[in-house]
Amino acid sequence: MTTPGWTIMLISVGSVLTLVSYCLYRVLSLPPVDMEDIKGPLEIDTRDTSDAD
Amino acid sequence: MLPYFISLLVLGIPLCWAEWTMGRYGGTRGFNSAPGIFQLLWRNPIAKYFGSIALLIPLVIYMYYVVIEAWCLGYALNYLTGDLMLGEDASKYEGFFAQFVGKGKDGALFESGNLQLLGLLLVTFVLNFVLIYRGVNKGIESFCKIAMPIMVLCALCVLVRVLTLGTDKVIAGLGAMWNPDPEFLWKPKTWLAASGQIFFSLSVGFGIVINYASYLRRTDDVALSGLTACSLNEFFEVCLGGLITLPAAFIFLGAMATTHGTFGLGFTALPNVFAVMPGGQFFGFLWFFMLFIAAITSSLSMLQPVIAFFEEGLGLKRHASATLLGLVSAMGCGFVVYFSRDSLALDTFDFWVGTMLIFILAMIQAVIYGWVFGIKRGHEELHLGAHIRVPWFVQLMLKYITPTYLLAIFIGICVTQGENYAKTLSEGGVPLFSVLFIGTILLFLILLIRIAGKRWEAEGRFKNLDD
Repeated sequence: MTTPGWTIMLISVGSVLTLVSYCLYRVLSLPPVDMEDIKGPLEIDTRDTSDAD
Repeated sequence: MLPYFISLLVLGIPLCWAEWTMGRYGGTRGFNSAPGIFQLLWRNPIAKYFGSIALLIPLVIYMYYVVIEAWCLGYALNYLTGDLMLGEDASKYEGFFAQFVGKGKDGALFESGNLQLLGLLLVTFVLNFVLIYRGVNKGIESFCKIAMPIMVLCALCVLVRVLTLGTDKVIAGLGAMWNPDPEFLWKPKTWLAASGQIFFSLSVGFGIVINYASYLRRTDDVALSGLTACSLNEFFEVCLGGLITLPAAFIFLGAMATTHGTFGLGFTALPNVFAVMPGGQFFGFLWFFMLFIAAITSSLSMLQPVIAFFEEGLGLKRHASATLLGLVSAMGCGFVVYFSRDSLALDTFDFWVGTMLIFILAMIQAVIYGWVFGIKRGHEELHLGAHIRVPWFVQLMLKYITPTYLLAIFIGICVTQGENYAKTLSEGGVPLFSVLFIGTILLFLILLIRIAGKRWEAEGRFKNLDD
């Protein structure tokens, strides 16, 4: 592992961890919402399941 | 890694925002499929046909992705039975993998005595279509809420194990991953691979985000959501994957690690880690089972864009759409599974669709967003309901830098590798069959889009829309 290698690894990992932390902080500090408004990616209403045939 | 991070900042994150924005814009005006959304954004009769690529990509990738999903399930089961605890000889795991996926010859997986993967593929395929046929399944969501954190914990355990295998070996392994090699920076292939990895990993230029974003409401945030999705993906890819898989591969497989195919590395390197780990059999089962579950959530997302098109373009209901899609994708899976020698069909599909076409779709989307839809309108649309402010320079990047960057790589690839690609195809065999198969599916989609376009015109779908 060379010095540039260590530098790139530490900057890369550090940057990603910083970005993730920032995003999670912003998401978790949002004001509470009505649970009915929360949609996970697999609970997205595609509006086609009630009349599927 | 330098091309990777440059691609992330110049391509991945900006295009992610652009795609979420375009998708939500289209969805609020009644369109959920890429052909419809492109037609809406660019009122030119040809626009919808560019959407064929956004349907082709998830469809063809699904055809081999579900095969890899079956590999994960197979490995999980083989760990459960102890059949994958083969000791510390790395070559045994390579041999197991080669035999398991039928690398020896075409049709190997259809021979009696070697039908395990075929059976697992059938189970996996049916499971995918039961879930997509019925629509969204809350059970999967609830399961994932538990499974994904467990996967993170599992990955952390594996990471600790890899990083404690012996200082010299670990550092050499990390060096293989992180030491810059300036020689590779001059090769367009490096930049193509890096940008392809970013697009594949973030599902940008995939045709998926534009479809899923179309189900959002007008004031649902896309700015913070898009950035969070990208950052979490990078956490798993860089902080976990980048510190686990390739170093482990280098430690156990040496320089041979770099000669492995894209998908084989995890299946040949990681079992060596589990072999020298306390509780390795349990962790091996857990790891590959978690991968299987994660892969299912991905493969389900690949089916939805085409279903959305069948529904809104052809007027089919969900069950009919899922059935038609099942038939088409089953043919592709069969093709990949039959032509298993050296995973040639899989690798060819992955290159032409999973790298080149994704790259091309990303270029198309960048131009549509930056030059047709317009960055001023895009900036306003992006910030509807946004929880963070996206700097204006990102819009300028999307209009000028992103397309230029993509075009430069594309030209570089055509100039340096075009002849090689043409030569490979001219030699015939599985690579040519694979490309012809892809071309046939594309033609099929283009014909369907033509029918859809006529229906939309007849229904007046583009009239009186609030632009």
